[in-house]
Amino acid sequence: MNYRIGRWIADRWVMGVGLLVLAYLALPIIVVAGLSFNRPSNRLSYDFNEFTLDNWTNVCGPAGLCDAVLRSVQIGFLATVFATVLGTLMAFALARHKFFARPAVNVIIFLPMATPELVMGTSLLALFVTGSVALGFWTILIAHVMFCISFVVVTVKARLAGMDARLEEAAMDLYATPFQTFRRVTLPLALPGIVAAALLSFSLSFDDFIITNFNSGTTVTFPMYVWGANQRGVPPQVNVIGTAMFAIALLLVLATNVRRRRGARVA
Amino acid sequence: MTLMTGIGAAPAGSARPARKSGRRWLPYLLLLPGTLWLVVFFFGPMLTLGAASLWDPAGSLQTGYAQTLSFGNYVDAVRDAGPQLLRSFWYAAIATLIGVIIGYPLAYAIALKAGRWKYLLLVAVVAPMFTSFLVRTLAWKTILSDNGALVGLLRDIGILGADGRLLATPIAVVLGLTYNFLPFLVLPLYASLERLDRRLLEAAGDLYASPARSFVKITLPLSMPGLVAGTLLFFIPAVGDYINAELLGNPNTYMVGNVIDSAFLVRLDYPHGAALSFALMFLILIIVMVYLFRSGTDEVV
Repeated sequence: MNYRIGRWIADRWVMGVGLLVLAYLALPIIVVAGLSFNRPSNRLSYDFNEFTLDNWTNVCGPAGLCDAVLRSVQIGFLATVFATVLGTLMAFALARHKFFARPAVNVIIFLPMATPELVMGTSLLALFVTGSVALGFWTILIAHVMFCISFVVVTVKARLAGMDARLEEAAMDLYATPFQTFRRVTLPLALPGIVAAALLSFSLSFDDFIITNFNSGTTVTFPMYVWGANQRGVPPQVNVIGTAMFAIALLLVLATNVRRRRGARVA
Repeated sequence: MTLMTGIGAAPAGSARPARKSGRRWLPYLLLLPGTLWLVVFFFGPMLTLGAASLWDPAGSLQTGYAQTLSFGNYVDAVRDAGPQLLRSFWYAAIATLIGVIIGYPLAYAIALKAGRWKYLLLVAVVAPMFTSFLVRTLAWKTILSDNGALVGLLRDIGILGADGRLLATPIAVVLGLTYNFLPFLVLPLYASLERLDRRLLEAAGDLYASPARSFVKITLPLSMPGLVAGTLLFFIPAVGDYINAELLGNPNTYMVGNVIDSAFLVRLDYPHGAALSFALMFLILIIVMVYLFRSGTDEVV
């Protein structure tokens, strides 16, 4: 009896604390959404003042904001394409082949994920300065591809490891050529992992501040814009971008979940 | 989002036996472009940074730097940034501790108590990452504002003095660090609690172990790999972070990142900046090694 009461309290207690912690995590997002409808009393104020739709109807009002968002999208898109291609090829090699250099390659992939961004950012800057490479769009892109590759490899490899090898064997048994097997069986099965890796790359690239800060020269991405604006007063439109990002990401995640469930039901 | 795949990395080396085709060169061909990119733009820069940390500090970007193997740069850099360096490790350690205290119940609740709400709660854990790091950190400026409800409440109940504040204090910085890196701790912890065999807990209960005792004897030890991975994934970026210190703190809460940022981008003192950056990496590496050794787990990597 005593045990049961203890259990009952323990159950509710843990869930209660868990939900409080989730509230702590959710609070800033709610504030960002709220501030996107705020007309601040002055340039440097972060307090909620007055409801308005102006920020949403005039997102590009603050000079340079939309240019910065556009630049982040461009860099994010290119970094995603490069990193996804390079990383997927590596994932296939690691998941499907045993070879002499495997442990070394695994270390090479692991290290960028374990190194503080601060160290990667400053080291790239040292390289570019030593090599007299002009800082800007292309140096940011190079850096972003670098730190995205490892995450792509890990994501795609996890998907490949969970795949049923017998499907490919069956295709081979039915006289499919290696290329046909890859095109018709392997690639479609690996695709959800590749898509997940691409989305992850984009969000990592789009949101990166520390590494970009050291290697951007005068090029301004969205996080760089917010950082710079912090000195002069952040325009409320920044919260519109933040809210829109959140909504898009949430929709993407929920959509993939619905698809996944539907897929599971069919299977 | 980042971390979900990060945990996927844990059981590495689970490759299937390779197909025995004669094309031994194929894996190398697939690996070549990506590996080359990482070698040139990860290891290359590391070597350059190491070289830059030994440059003659008397040089400048205009005149160029001579390689004089000035190991003194490390002494100078660590001495000058001593307070910020210490503060970085101190803040990150406190934030990690708070993270464990509030993150463990959350991970536990999701893994063992959430039932069909599990997926939704997991999405809620990573939800902060759906929006920009800087924008969500700025939101804390509003929450902790001197005119805000929170400070008002704390002043009314006497926890803060009449003109006490939260913004621009160490509390705000640690709070921000905890908030920003908590998902990195909760996800691996959740993953290892999720794998827990519940029959062990039932067996302990049948053998008259109290819930507290079965937690200490079963749940906690079995969740150690997740806890170790999670605390590292939290601690490492937290030490190197300087966004929270800049946006929520004041110059008295600056961390080592602020110093490195200004060395490279404001003072243009590359040798000392590089030395400090390298020293930071070594310090983190040593702490991680000691931590992994003491916690007796090697399942993290």
